[in-house]
Amino acid sequence: MRQLQAAVVAAGLLPLAWLIQGAVRGTLGANPVETITHTTGGWALRLLLVTLAVTPLRRLFGWSALVPFRRTAGLLAFSYACLHFATYVALDLGFDLAAVVEDVAERPYITVGFTTFLLLVPLAATSTRAAVRRLGRRWVRLHRLVYVAAVGAVVHFLWLVKADLREPAIYAGIVASLLGARLWWWLSSRRASLAAHPEATSAER
Amino acid sequence: MLIRHPEPIPEREVTDASIFLRRRQFLQNAAVGAAVLTAGGPFLAGCTDAQEPPARGPKLPGVKAGPPALATDETPTAYHDATAYNNFYEFGTDKGDPARYAGSLRTEPWSVTVEGEVAKPGVVPLEEILRPHPLEERIYRLRCVEAWSMVIPWVGFPLGDLLKRFEPTSNARYVAFETLHDPEQMPGQKRRVLDWPYREGLRMDEAMHPLAILAVGMYGEALPNQNGAPLRLVVPWKYGFKSIKSIVKIRLQREQPYTSWNDQAPREYGFHANVNPEVDHPRWSQKRERRIGDYRKRPTLPFNGYGEQVASLYAGMDLRVLF
Ligand code: HEM
Repeated sequence: MRQLQAAVVAAGLLPLAWLIQGAVRGTLGANPVETITHTTGGWALRLLLVTLAVTPLRRLFGWSALVPFRRTAGLLAFSYACLHFATYVALDLGFDLAAVVEDVAERPYITVGFTTFLLLVPLAATSTRAAVRRLGRRWVRLHRLVYVAAVGAVVHFLWLVKADLREPAIYAGIVASLLGARLWWWLSSRRASLAAHPEATSAER
Repeated sequence: MLIRHPEPIPEREVTDASIFLRRRQFLQNAAVGAAVLTAGGPFLAGCTDAQEPPARGPKLPGVKAGPPALATDETPTAYHDATAYNNFYEFGTDKGDPARYAGSLRTEPWSVTVEGEVAKPGVVPLEEILRPHPLEERIYRLRCVEAWSMVIPWVGFPLGDLLKRFEPTSNARYVAFETLHDPEQMPGQKRRVLDWPYREGLRMDEAMHPLAILAVGMYGEALPNQNGAPLRLVVPWKYGFKSIKSIVKIRLQREQPYTSWNDQAPREYGFHANVNPEVDHPRWSQKRERRIGDYRKRPTLPFNGYGEQVASLYAGMDLRVLF
């Protein structure tokens, strides 16, 4: 198990390794800062989707073996989001904090990206076993923020594209399916419990 | 970082130096993370695209230097970057797509339709278009609306000189341009990313300005397909999307022409599209730009630094409204 986790982390770090060797060898293209921004942003989004896919895959196909890797994927997603933000602040804007504030306030896609990033911070901060135990049911509720973050990440991508919406549209479709499945299950289970205990639920309401 | 050379040096040397300096900067910036990598070397060797020297076009003969007053002494962008990092959606929306896919464009034979408010309209073979015009080198800044920029040594001739040959009528107030529309040669046109064909336009006085040129080459050589072969517009004081590529039609007309990006998103792209650090694109600040090859951004200049020559064209206009 330990080794598997290590292997997943190593695999998750390959894009970073690719960026580092590209930076060292000068093969990140004509606009390396852009390449780094796009690569880190893309992997933050993809790993976030992996995290969200674990529950549906378990329910549909019984792949419970994936569950232990959900946190790993989530933390990797957060790491790439941090690198993405750091690239933007350090390499793109050269630590011009006034420009950061202006962008966050005035460019809708950056406002959304920044909000998404802020949503991920408490999730990463409460990812330890101790936090899960301490927060109990509140942990589950808090971590539903990841749904909002996934939508935010996709909106961020849709809004930054100039004309070719193909790639963000694919991600939007994936997020819609992953969240739609949950909504569907939630509605069905509500209907089932309503049917089983009609008085209890109507009294609750 | 701007590299100022005290005296002119040969162009090839300039290009090499800029590649060298770019690498060096990134070595420094990346040094922090470099240690992490030591183990992964052999595996990673397989997944990088090595920078192969691009196939270069034929040298253009008889090119003379353009008017020195119109040239910049800034370091030209590395040839590889200028030919591998392009926005030319006719071949795909990724910056690398034009270099990858523009091979399918056939630039011979090529002709240009000149029509509208001219005394002598016609469908003119490219050789005829070019024949009377001596080729000049014009080293210009190129500022993309996406907040990056380059310095390109174009080879071409003044657009105004060409237009005069067709004898514009007094009704000719605008010039409209069109790119080739042929999805077989331009595979990006198979999807409706823009309303093909790509169209652009200028006011007549802008078109007659000595800075506005039609280019047939860059770096002393024929234009590579991905840079708009065989004939493209270069208007250095406007955002790059105005400088339409692979032109097949020039139409003089009374009304302001349809222009592609302006039609796509009028709030984001104006008809004039003069480089203006005061007017932000809704999604990008236009105050600063990254010169390709540099790491730090530099301030963007009004009219891309050509204000002295062109600002008078816009006297009395509110450029915040007519952006
Ligand atoms: C912290 C605040 C954030 C800022 C300031 C920010 C900024 C940016 C910028 C400047 C770009 C490039 C835009 C362009 O090239 O025109 C970008 C692209 C992107 N960002 Fe963010 N971002 C933020 C947070 C996030 C987060 C949290 C995610 C995902 C979880 C994300 C995912 C992406 C994606 C997928 C792209 C596009 C990559 C591509 O084009 O392939 N960003 N972001």
